[in-house]
Amino acid sequence: MGNDEHIATHIPQLRRYARALTGDYSAAEDLVQDTLERAWKRIGLWRLGSDLRAWLFTIMHNLHVNQLKADSRQQGQPPEQATLDLSVRPTQEDRLELRDLNKALRRLSNEQREVLLLVGLEQMSYEEVAKVLGIPIGTVMSRLSRGRDQLRAMMEGSSAAPQLKVIK
Amino acid sequence: MNSQKAAVSELDLHAYVDGRLSEKRRAEVEAYLTASAQESERVRAYQEQNEILHTLFDSVLDEPIPPKWRSSRRHWSFPLRPVAAASVCIIVGGLLGWALRGEYAGRSAKRVDFARQAAMAHAVYTPEVRHPVEVSAQQEEHLIGWLSKRLGAPLKAPHLLDLGYELVGGRLLPGDQGPVAQFMYQDKNGQRLTLYIKTDASTERETAFRFSQEGTVGVFYWIDRQLSYALSGELRKTELLQVADAIYKKLNP
Repeated sequence: MGNDEHIATHIPQLRRYARALTGDYSAAEDLVQDTLERAWKRIGLWRLGSDLRAWLFTIMHNLHVNQLKADSRQQGQPPEQATLDLSVRPTQEDRLELRDLNKALRRLSNEQREVLLLVGLEQMSYEEVAKVLGIPIGTVMSRLSRGRDQLRAMMEGSSAAPQLKVIK
Repeated sequence: MNSQKAAVSELDLHAYVDGRLSEKRRAEVEAYLTASAQESERVRAYQEQNEILHTLFDSVLDEPIPPKWRSSRRHWSFPLRPVAAASVCIIVGGLLGWALRGEYAGRSAKRVDFARQAAMAHAVYTPEVRHPVEVSAQQEEHLIGWLSKRLGAPLKAPHLLDLGYELVGGRLLPGDQGPVAQFMYQDKNGQRLTLYIKTDASTERETAFRFSQEGTVGVFYWIDRQLSYALSGELRKTELLQVADAIYKKLNP
């Protein structure tokens, strides 16, 4: 297999992740397109035998973060909503619709969403996620823990604010 | 219970949810969860989040991969984004108009132009991810009815499932002598073919298949009664001919 074919085997996962990350069809398709273009151009920098999937997801992560920064500069807003507005909660207490999780996902910070999706959807190990995002594994775990708690709180409409837990 | 609780960390619970624990540790966490309804409820909620994520997004994995994503070498000379695609249409249209100026274009030149226009329409619309067609195959009856009405001739979109191609849908396009219909097909790998159809006012009622290579796009075209057909695709010539032949036979059962 040539490099292009190696890269192509990861397209379905990159696309699924982009769709979940952006929550927008065209933005996601553009993100995949940009990721592939950069990967084709820089494939010479990828070391044969090292983890191609992690390399591609790193490219996508960097492009996405740059995009968010550019968007926020354009709109004059801070790059990420730092805290979650828990005053707006779904009112229904019953079992959650799929839609609700998707909505709740949009209300997480991008940092939490990335970790939650790489772990829960792309089934990466915590070490891989740390590598892809370029952060320590402890940070991966705290973002995961907070992200999951916040999602749960939003979806269940629970009155308890998400607790912050210490990661050992 | 307290000693158990102290032994199981937050990290253990997440690793449990994500299936990252050794068998021994998993059993210990399970014992801990059995003893704590609250923690067990929390873990169940996390597991459910993962399941819903898969339910929501796994279908993306099955979406056909656009051919332009398969290889850097087959990089399109035609732009990929709609706005750019539209501007190419305009530029190309202008060039075609210039090339077609005057009345000296003979019959064979017209045929070649037909193949070129078909290839152009193929190249412009097949990379489209979101709007490859105006009317999708889900509304097939409406699609056929509408395009037949606009072209003023009864059209058919032959089914090519036996060849592995599914009808995506179709659109109406401007041709040099009036409206043109384009049907798009796609196989499971995302390889797309287009069938470009216009009404033909010439006296020719039927012709053999002719082939024209337009850049990376191959075109087989022919006239059948009052309609001209052009099948475009980036396939090997023999494969494309096979599909063209099947279409001709399906239209003339």
